[in-house]
Amino acid sequence: MSDYRIKGETGEWEVVIGLEVHAQVTSNAKLFSGAATAFGAEPNTQVSLVDAAMPGMLPVPNRECIRQAVRTGMAIEAEINKWSRFDRKNYFYADLPQGYQISQLYHPLVGEGSLTIAADEKAGIPSDKVIGIERIHVEQDAGKLMHDQHPTMSYVDLNRSGVALMEIVSRPDMRSPAEAGAYVRKLRSILRYVGSCDGNMEEGSMRADVNVSVRKPGDEFGTRTETKNVNSVRFVMAVIEGEAKRQVELIESGGSVVQETRLYDPDRNETRSMRSKEDAHDYRYFPDPDLLPLILDDAFLTECRASLPELPDAKRARYLAEGISAYNADVLTAEVEVARWFDALLEAGAKPVAAANWVTSELFGALNRLGRDISDSPVSPAQAAELLGLVADGTISGTIAKAVFEKMLESGDAAGVIVDREGLKQTSDTGAIEAEIAKVLAANGDKVAQYKGGKEALFGFFVGQTMKAMQGKANPQVVNELLKKALG
Amino acid sequence: MTELTNLTVAQIRDGHRAGDFSAIEVAEAFNANVAGAKALNAFIVETPDHALAAAKAADADRAAGTLKPLSGVPIGMKDLFCTNGVQTTAASHMLEGFVPRYESTVSQKLWDAGCGMLGKLNLDQFAMGSSNETSYFGNVISPWKRNDGGNAALAPGGSSGGSSSAIAARLCPAATGTDTGGSIRQPAAFTGISGIKPTYGRCSRWGIVAFASSLDQAGPMARDVKDCAIMLENMAGFDPKDATSLDMAVPNWEAALSSDLKGKTVGIPKEYRLEGIDSDIDAMWDAGIAMLKDAGAEVVEISLPHTKYALPAYYIIAPAEASSNLARYDGVRYGLRDLPQGAGLQDMYAATRADGFGPEVKRRIMIGTYVLSAGFYDAYYTQAQKVRTLIARDFEQAFASCDVILAPTAPSAAFGLGEKTADPLAMYLNDVFAVPASLAGLPAMSVPAALNREGLPLGLQIIGKAFDEQGVLNAGLAIEERAGFTARAEKWW
Repeated sequence: MSDYRIKGETGEWEVVIGLEVHAQVTSNAKLFSGAATAFGAEPNTQVSLVDAAMPGMLPVPNRECIRQAVRTGMAIEAEINKWSRFDRKNYFYADLPQGYQISQLYHPLVGEGSLTIAADEKAGIPSDKVIGIERIHVEQDAGKLMHDQHPTMSYVDLNRSGVALMEIVSRPDMRSPAEAGAYVRKLRSILRYVGSCDGNMEEGSMRADVNVSVRKPGDEFGTRTETKNVNSVRFVMAVIEGEAKRQVELIESGGSVVQETRLYDPDRNETRSMRSKEDAHDYRYFPDPDLLPLILDDAFLTECRASLPELPDAKRARYLAEGISAYNADVLTAEVEVARWFDALLEAGAKPVAAANWVTSELFGALNRLGRDISDSPVSPAQAAELLGLVADGTISGTIAKAVFEKMLESGDAAGVIVDREGLKQTSDTGAIEAEIAKVLAANGDKVAQYKGGKEALFGFFVGQTMKAMQGKANPQVVNELLKKALG
Repeated sequence: MTELTNLTVAQIRDGHRAGDFSAIEVAEAFNANVAGAKALNAFIVETPDHALAAAKAADADRAAGTLKPLSGVPIGMKDLFCTNGVQTTAASHMLEGFVPRYESTVSQKLWDAGCGMLGKLNLDQFAMGSSNETSYFGNVISPWKRNDGGNAALAPGGSSGGSSSAIAARLCPAATGTDTGGSIRQPAAFTGISGIKPTYGRCSRWGIVAFASSLDQAGPMARDVKDCAIMLENMAGFDPKDATSLDMAVPNWEAALSSDLKGKTVGIPKEYRLEGIDSDIDAMWDAGIAMLKDAGAEVVEISLPHTKYALPAYYIIAPAEASSNLARYDGVRYGLRDLPQGAGLQDMYAATRADGFGPEVKRRIMIGTYVLSAGFYDAYYTQAQKVRTLIARDFEQAFASCDVILAPTAPSAAFGLGEKTADPLAMYLNDVFAVPASLAGLPAMSVPAALNREGLPLGLQIIGKAFDEQGVLNAGLAIEERAGFTARAEKWW
């Protein structure tokens, strides 16, 4: 249980959070028309006659969009409804050409499912927590109004009009901003694994409506507000924090929360009222008579399931079983690109534990320095596997490996080539090492005396000096053994 | 030689194929009739050049031996079908001046079959009406007159009144119509011609200005049953652009036409015998029963117990869908825009829609908006959908004991223009026999069967099982052959 509480004048308050996440379906064409869906295209260049709602135009469901929503449903282990239906949500706005949005109110494509957010002590999530997902339905996006193009007029860009969205509705199961943040991140991770949404919140392809209410622990749910179109994990968390405080202050000062729609202003970090329940539109939902019920057959469902990749939870379990630390397993599975890269590294023969450590420290460090994503890493999984292989079979030491990796980043050459060219192979030649040890001990007689007097920590110093004298190429294990003997 | 404009579609097709006349001659003859019939106001736009271009191509195809199924046949196009480069208005001010850059599937099929277009035919605004009086471009007038010596202008029926009037007056041999709750069958009955609404989904709705999507269905209107079969063959077919389109092969209806009804059973629905109905209607119905018996059919009484709920259900479902379908006419992207000085978006919507829609369209948008609103949805829309299911079940059960159903098309002959405009309910009652088949999505046609005591045509309706247009056409043909309906309106225009 989360112990996140708002401390008010009348005691502690618990926050109850539910999220409706709108995720743009990755597909080349819109939900009901053949028009393209690329982000950032010139205004009104991705608009078909259907999207512009010309007279007599009809929607035809895009099979790929339905498939992606079904796969997403399967990824959250949800019930898939073999019979679903589209409804019209009627309202007038200049960015809504048809005068209605085609959505699914009464019979959504995907029913009850869930996802698990991982324990995160630091964030106040003491143990893994299952968050219920009520439903996923598919619907059309609207266009966009542009108010900055003309002094007295607004312009309409219909490029987004008709683009397929999945609305993923959670249960009110979250109790802290951190849980909500973890939920959004986990959901985004799953969507990216499945490939049904690119999860780019800054481009608007994923955004959340945040439902927040407060209550005294153990009480019934309070009245909730809904803050629309929040487009980053950070903002989702900020909205919850701010909105919960606002509600507590409101209630404690004798007021009451009204059910309303609010907007978040990131610049001022506050929400403001958009419209109350009383002003809410009557959307006059009814089944879209242009569309027949959507009926999915078993072959379609089988294909959807068969095409699902290994999902984050399963992957994490596999990594743990291979001895990878929980922390590394989390880091490696959070983003699908990282997981894919890491799996390719394992496939190329790298040992799991060493590979995990190397990726999370050396590779991430390098990428960070270079300002690059893993998807355009200068070193391929096969090249990295070669490098790790040289460490594993004792050809080079871990220290040398770091230097070789730097040279790989600079030159693009293979690890083996660099090691050969620069003569970096480590030696286990005991004679050579013994000679250097003798020199080191002779030059540090005082320290030898201290060591023998009980200051055993000095052992590392002798190792370091010997390695230095060997230019890092001595096999550290052999150095250890010979030093012990020499000092013994 | 017979006057070319008196020829049927089949006669034009066959005569042209045989070399009896050129397609240009046919097109010119019909163009002349169209140009000379302004008094009927059947056309919103005349397109003589389109008809001539198609005729020229037809003549060239004949010379090259590449004739198409309807080469040389000029037709009229209801102005609800979007036609590329030709104004398409749905008889509304809202779409006055709107020129689509696309062609409806049905009209494209007809052009591909070799047809030419004489013009865009007038109709009730957005196909809402039963008399053609809701057109923004003035009502169509029927070529028919009562035999009482008076000169009352009569309604050609609606909404496909331009189509019915033009065919009856020999301005075109055939035309497209659309039928949502009788809009092909009732005008056909009023003007002494034939028309068929096929099974819902037979003809693509793509490119037809929508009224009520779950009911709208295109179909042909022509002078006889055979022409209806020929036209329908060239209009129907699966269209991937219409999600409700039937993915079924189009039968060769013309080739399978047969008026021999031996082994067939005709059902007579007892609920269609309305108290106090015009005795001429009942007499025609009885005569029709006799004709089908004569053609070899067995006649049985059937029951369609939910018939009386059909009209109320229709006038909930159709306006509900219309209120949503017509939301796109908002002044933002095309059509009329009324933007008063200093107006905002809401003002623009209000002004545009107040100005662009006629009173009947507004009435239906308001009814539809009301029945879908929170708190009323279940009482109206949900109930109406239940009724619709029950009506479809009525038909299903009835068809267990018969092959087709025979009934009048409309409860009266054509009425005078202005006679019913004051009372929308009286106007809606005109659809009472047509609406049940629409709600059930069944094929139904009207064929002229008699003249009433005023000398006006009356139509008989044949309703068939889903996908059984052939059964409907065959029964229609049996009536046509026996009714010997040859009356035509005397030219006064």
